[in-house]
Amino acid sequence: MSDVKKFLYLNRRAPYGTIYALESLEVVLIGAAFEQDVSLAFVDDGVFQLTKGQNTDGIGMKNFSPTFRALGDYDVQKLFVERESLEERGLSEDDLIEVVYEDEDDDWEEKPAIRVISRAEMADVMADADVVLSF
Amino acid sequence: MAYEVNGQTVEHDEEGYITNLSDWTPELAEVIAKAEDIEMDDERWEVVNFLREYYDEYQIAPAVRVLIKSVKKTMGPEKGNNKYMYELFPYGPAKQACKIAGLPKPTGCV
Amino acid sequence: MSTLHTVNKSPFATQALVSCLNHAKAGDAVLMIEDGVYGGLGGTGLTEIMDEFGKNVSLYVLSPDLAARGLDPKRLIAGVEGVDYAGFVDLVAKHDRTQSWL
Repeated sequence: MSDVKKFLYLNRRAPYGTIYALESLEVVLIGAAFEQDVSLAFVDDGVFQLTKGQNTDGIGMKNFSPTFRALGDYDVQKLFVERESLEERGLSEDDLIEVVYEDEDDDWEEKPAIRVISRAEMADVMADADVVLSF
Repeated sequence: MAYEVNGQTVEHDEEGYITNLSDWTPELAEVIAKAEDIEMDDERWEVVNFLREYYDEYQIAPAVRVLIKSVKKTMGPEKGNNKYMYELFPYGPAKQACKIAGLPKPTGCV
Repeated sequence: MSTLHTVNKSPFATQALVSCLNHAKAGDAVLMIEDGVYGGLGGTGLTEIMDEFGKNVSLYVLSPDLAARGLDPKRLIAGVEGVDYAGFVDLVAKHDRTQSWL
């Protein structure tokens, strides 16, 4: 298909406090049906969406962090996380959930979908996108 | 709007998806299936159970193409294909089987 | 007279927490709830400021909101205390008034 566009979903909000994070994920899942080149970016408080060990039993909301792990099934294989945003929040890559996808071009080997990149590299990811959807 | 199981009523929405996911029981699945004109057998239970496990792990009901792809991966290509799945659930394997499995409407079905 | 201040926004996204701390009086309490709980995290650019204010005001986070966000209480700045919903009510009862920083 020649008219594949690069879509970048830019996530800058923490989960649960507002509806943005969950809405973004739902749009990604629905949008995945259109077979575009989809990437997710996690910048600023958006990095909090991917923390391990979320347990929402006490606040009566749905824990949607496991759903990120289904993104590979929806052919979403690139989750870019900004290193500086993590560091500013006292977090590191080890604090994040594991998300994998199966690489069709490499005998369906499981590969990590989360890529921690620098702010400068994130700027390049943004500049490279045809469409940026902000949440 | 509600299903009746063993004298108990279980609320559902206008499309037949149950309102409270924790209300689900295997007996309820049989009742929902009957309302959909589907007779549950081992093959259909296999898909329903697969969906419930998928939801348990990822907290979403998968879109139909994701369901078929995942079934193909775990149960093999003779089951993970459109023909087999639509024979089991003629009105859409994801939509109908999710309803019977007591899950929400699939995410990403357009 | 003392005040319980509640902050429900991430300190990395808005100035609510810092503004709250700048206005709180000695003896007041600040309870971080919802996205406000990120303010209790140690090892961030804000930790030093929090340590300083923690000398005069009592700092709390709402534990269910902390757990929802996958943050282990061990990550909290020393002196920041976790409370449950009953503890929230106790704090409201203990202070003369409650002020929300939205």
